[in-house]
Amino acid sequence: MGKDFIIGKLNTAVGTVLQVSTLWSSNDLWSTIKVRWSIGRMDYKVKQGLYAVGNPDENSNIFVSANFKLSFDHLRRALSGMNAWVLVLDTKGVNVWCAAGKGTFGTKELVYRIKAHELEKLVSHRKIIVPQLGATGVSAHEVKNKTGFNVIYGPVRANDIQAFVDSGFKATPEMRKVTFPLVERLKLIPVEITYGKYYLLFVPALFFILSGLNIHGYSVDLAWINGGRSIINLFSAYFAGCALTPILLSWIPFKRFSLKGLFIGWIIGFILMYFHYLGNNIFEIISWFLMIGSISSFLAMNFTGSSTFTSLSGVQKEMKLSLPVQIISASVGLIGWIITRFL
Amino acid sequence: MNGFTYLKNVATLELDQQKCSGCKMCTVVCPHEVFVIKDKKAIIQNKDFCMECGACEKNCPEGAISVRSGVGCAAGIINGLLRGTEPSCDCSSSKKSNCC
Repeated sequence: MGKDFIIGKLNTAVGTVLQVSTLWSSNDLWSTIKVRWSIGRMDYKVKQGLYAVGNPDENSNIFVSANFKLSFDHLRRALSGMNAWVLVLDTKGVNVWCAAGKGTFGTKELVYRIKAHELEKLVSHRKIIVPQLGATGVSAHEVKNKTGFNVIYGPVRANDIQAFVDSGFKATPEMRKVTFPLVERLKLIPVEITYGKYYLLFVPALFFILSGLNIHGYSVDLAWINGGRSIINLFSAYFAGCALTPILLSWIPFKRFSLKGLFIGWIIGFILMYFHYLGNNIFEIISWFLMIGSISSFLAMNFTGSSTFTSLSGVQKEMKLSLPVQIISASVGLIGWIITRFL
Repeated sequence: MNGFTYLKNVATLELDQQKCSGCKMCTVVCPHEVFVIKDKKAIIQNKDFCMECGACEKNCPEGAISVRSGVGCAAGIINGLLRGTEPSCDCSSSKKSNCC
């Protein structure tokens, strides 16, 4: 991974500290795009430790981040024009909020890093600014007890840091609130699309092969005719669940993600039916609706993991009913579709 | 909350007002404006907005808040079912899997 964000070295009371740029190079931008497509996403890290932005001194603020490079990049860009210290925790390359949920962005690691980098010698104040979403893993009063440092929870979004600092560490209600606007949902869709991995080749290939089955045995011509149609139906269902539903999330009725996915899946189903992609046999059409609905519903339900407002209790309640229905409906649909090969 | 709410009456969030010192920490860390302070005590105003992230419980110095926190993530729950553990999106054990 390129380290072109390191632009110098500072000699400090606690040793040499690397100085980082607040700009994104074309390399940083390109890597970000790749990570959004899940390429190398689980190993996109910066080295944990202490960094400097500008020329900080003993009065400068300390900002805490995760060692997922995307988190670190957003923080250093937001600190443009400031002199500040950045303390990067070892979160195994996971972003702040998720790492806080897992506990790696947590009290123990923060306390360890404050002591290991001798922050009490580095700065004269006793304040350390932690992103608000880190609060899921960090206990401010415990950190205070163990290190003497006061945790100040900064805004949810790095973009608000400048305004937060300028106002004397006062966050507006908007800065404290997690939202989920279209533009943020769009950024997540590439990762959702990569969810299927090799199943995206394997399942369509299987349908293509099975499409050749008929009452007289096997026909390659039939596989070409009906196989292509099947593949389009499968990818449409996939797209409905992992792209269309997230995009339209706020406009689709129903609270349950599985119902949102089913709704969009069936709309796509009706469009496909109109263009005769579901075949002309009523049993095949019903089988397709069962399969398309299940696929779209399951993938939409999976988006609860990316969403910013679903609770564990809620998702468990939703899944208790939805998961068995999805499995049964997909199975019945698949068996029905295979049977219609021989009608 | 910007039009997004999830299922109603499921959140496990509880607040013991007797213990509350009115320090406001819960209103700082909550990402969904679940708490407000009235008469120097916290109250749960929007329980259905709670996503059970657990930040309030972790940062309440008086231990007045309890919530069964965890990942509100279908894949994490399926992980838990398959492994026979608590719902977990923790995939550090296998490098191949993708998660948040």
